[in-house]
Amino acid sequence: MVRYQRWLQAGLFYLLVAIGGSLLPGTYYVTLLNLIGLHIIIVLGLNLLMGYAGQISLGHAAFFGLGAYTSAILTTTYRVDPILSLVAGLLLSGLVAVIVGIPALKLKGYYLAMATLGFGIIVAIALQQMDWLTGGPSGFMGIPPFGILGWQFQTPAAKFFLVWALVGLILCLSLNIVDSRIGRALRAIHDSETAALAMGVDAQRLKLQIFVVSALYAALAGSLLAHTVNFIAPSSFGFMFSIKLVTMVVVGGMASIWGSLLGAAVLTVLPELLAVFHDLEVVIFGLILMVVMIFLPRGLVRGLLDLWEFRRRKQQGG
Amino acid sequence: MSLEKLAELLQYVFSGLTNGAIYGLIGLGFSIIFNATAIINFAQGEFVMLGALMVIALHSLGFSLPVAFAAAVVAVTVMGLVFERLAIRPAREATPISLIIITVGGGVLIKGLAMLIWGKDAYTLPPFSGQEPLVLAGATLLPQSLWIMALTIILVVGLEAFLHFTILGKAMRAASYNPVAARLVGIRVSQMVQFSFGLSAALGAAAGVLIAPITMGVYDMGTMLGLKGFCAAVIGGLGSIFGVVLGGLLLGVAEALASGLISSGYRDAVAFLILLLVLFFRPQGLIGRRASRSS
Amino acid sequence: MSASAMLSLQDVGISFGGLQAVKKVSFQVQAGQIKALIGPNGAGKTTLFNLITGMLRPDHGLISFLDQPIQGLPPFQIAARGISRTFQIVQLFGHMTVLENVMVGRHLRTRAGLLAAALRLPWSRREEAAIRAQSLEWLAFVGLPARADDYAANLPLGHQRLLEIARALATEPKLLLLDEPAAGLDMTETERLKDLIFAIREKGISVLLVEHDMSLTMEVADDIVVLDHGDLLAEGPPRDIQRHPAVIAAYLGRDWER
Repeated sequence: MVRYQRWLQAGLFYLLVAIGGSLLPGTYYVTLLNLIGLHIIIVLGLNLLMGYAGQISLGHAAFFGLGAYTSAILTTTYRVDPILSLVAGLLLSGLVAVIVGIPALKLKGYYLAMATLGFGIIVAIALQQMDWLTGGPSGFMGIPPFGILGWQFQTPAAKFFLVWALVGLILCLSLNIVDSRIGRALRAIHDSETAALAMGVDAQRLKLQIFVVSALYAALAGSLLAHTVNFIAPSSFGFMFSIKLVTMVVVGGMASIWGSLLGAAVLTVLPELLAVFHDLEVVIFGLILMVVMIFLPRGLVRGLLDLWEFRRRKQQGG
Repeated sequence: MSLEKLAELLQYVFSGLTNGAIYGLIGLGFSIIFNATAIINFAQGEFVMLGALMVIALHSLGFSLPVAFAAAVVAVTVMGLVFERLAIRPAREATPISLIIITVGGGVLIKGLAMLIWGKDAYTLPPFSGQEPLVLAGATLLPQSLWIMALTIILVVGLEAFLHFTILGKAMRAASYNPVAARLVGIRVSQMVQFSFGLSAALGAAAGVLIAPITMGVYDMGTMLGLKGFCAAVIGGLGSIFGVVLGGLLLGVAEALASGLISSGYRDAVAFLILLLVLFFRPQGLIGRRASRSS
Repeated sequence: MSASAMLSLQDVGISFGGLQAVKKVSFQVQAGQIKALIGPNGAGKTTLFNLITGMLRPDHGLISFLDQPIQGLPPFQIAARGISRTFQIVQLFGHMTVLENVMVGRHLRTRAGLLAAALRLPWSRREEAAIRAQSLEWLAFVGLPARADDYAANLPLGHQRLLEIARALATEPKLLLLDEPAAGLDMTETERLKDLIFAIREKGISVLLVEHDMSLTMEVADDIVVLDHGDLLAEGPPRDIQRHPAVIAAYLGRDWER
């Protein structure tokens, strides 16, 4: 049934990636696959928040940045162990998510979008301004690779393994959450918050919990980014990236784990493909965004399935 | 407080009011569209940019400033109407999040096109009436600031008059309060929606023209301005013209004071900090009504 | 005021803007009772439901359940105390299956949180199986076992109303509030509903229902409260209410002569 379908699809995708990663030549492709993996981690969390709990966040790049910079600063400047730094980043992001989430999640629809937008921009500006700590607009260099008990993930292969092992973990956790009592409660809130409340679901608390979880996912991805690319800059964590994340969720298809994988993959690869067009890249990207959202508003996965259904029915006579 | 300190504060207030008037104009653009369609048009800032760059282009072709001003506004208005027709109308049934992405995509597209046409250079526009700053109570005031504030007042009053005293304006308001009822009395709501985009584009373009002599015209000037104008609208209260302008002025002055007295690096953050405070403590804005739209 | 009252309203009132939706209403529901709330449209019946379940906060008055004051508590806490409800306009979780809708009803009485869910701990898996089994039982109880895997939104109205009842029952309430459960049902479905309400009472759950279907109300209710324009007009057993002059006047107009 539904549960096994999901696991099967995800498993297949994972296998493809694993094979792809080991076969593809050159570090460029591996780096790209790693980036896709990191984006998948963030998008899985954001999808739980947007697709299942029905909330909007236009500032999630901030948590990505908090995770990245905490790991970067602690491991490089203060020579703290990478795992401890990661935990510190998670704690910081979780704390910020609670502080921002409690008032923000009381807001609805557009107001929530606005609040998360404002929050995201403030963090982006702070990362840029605190140059004594973060290195400012020119970025932060020389981040050591991730390491467990002395063993370092330095080679491209090791980094690939690290990222995708964690993608697998997060994927499992997310699939479990979706199929659980909590997942049901989230979908209930999304469909009818009134009825969910009347059935005893503590909606506010759940929304906050999922907000924090999605922030933790993003922070984890940020930490991994810092340790695999070894250089980070504030420009990667701004408003446009928050929008890109949201687009990955929506284009893939909300409340669809498979959609998250697809959306993250497509929208990470697309700018790379468009780079060929140089100056036209931005124009084409904007155009694609608009066209997809206008004509396939339920996302690529459902949209293409709908098109398929439509054509099939037309052929059967009508 | 010493006279010098007072003069310094006044300086910040002047520059704050100037920027604030611009934020107010841009915010009005957001407010008009939001009231008509419950859509947040994230491309609004790009209309400001287009207004600035177009007036500069027209002026450099030899047209006088007033003519270039008017022509730029008209051109951008048309672009706003086209934008609504191509990007918004086909997606009327979409969810709020889809519409946000569409307007952001639209903004990115417009910005990209502007970069192709004008490149990344900054272009200048001569101030409307001379460079010599005036001195008022020890603080300097650019003549352009007076133009900005005067024209903003005129535009705002004109907008209020239009919405309250003309048939078209009343039709727009009716369509925004209750689209179903408006349709029943014969108002073409889809036309009103398109018109609201045109009007917002016009206001944004006017703001761009007004600010161009001070900040110069660059292809990426629209993003931050748009977002700040948006903050102004929310701070003041999306439903009230007076509120939005007030929100803009307050925002401009707060920004200038914080930037001058505390730290200039965080200047841009001020708008969003105030936005968060307003959303958390008084989401309807300073002036806005509590009632929510039936959307 | 008897001390064994399960639900007790005392001088409860609320107004919206200038309109007094509920003026000063007092009544009780005893344990094991089936009580009906009737009245012309706009009398304040659904408003009272919303007040009892915490969706609204009364301007004045006391609402107590099992001797504990509950007015002003948020809805999910009132549900936890043992009051559940259905809605006048059905509020199902449309994108979920029939079974999943009922399983949400079990949320209150189960514990598995985010961590247990994410890690699929053994005890949470056992709990999931129990949730599933219990939900199927409630579906069978209301008469819907065959439709467990259909999407809730695809059900005909009659079945949707039954599903809402199953979902509310899954929360193990002590008091069940039914808001116009017969609205839109045909005669056979209404008969089944009547039997279901009696079966619910057999299970030890008290029922407070709002209804417009007079024959159903008269057959099912032990006691009836009549509201009109926010005021309590009359209270008593069905036979008395049927003959009550003020009630007849309110429903049928003062010109009616019997």
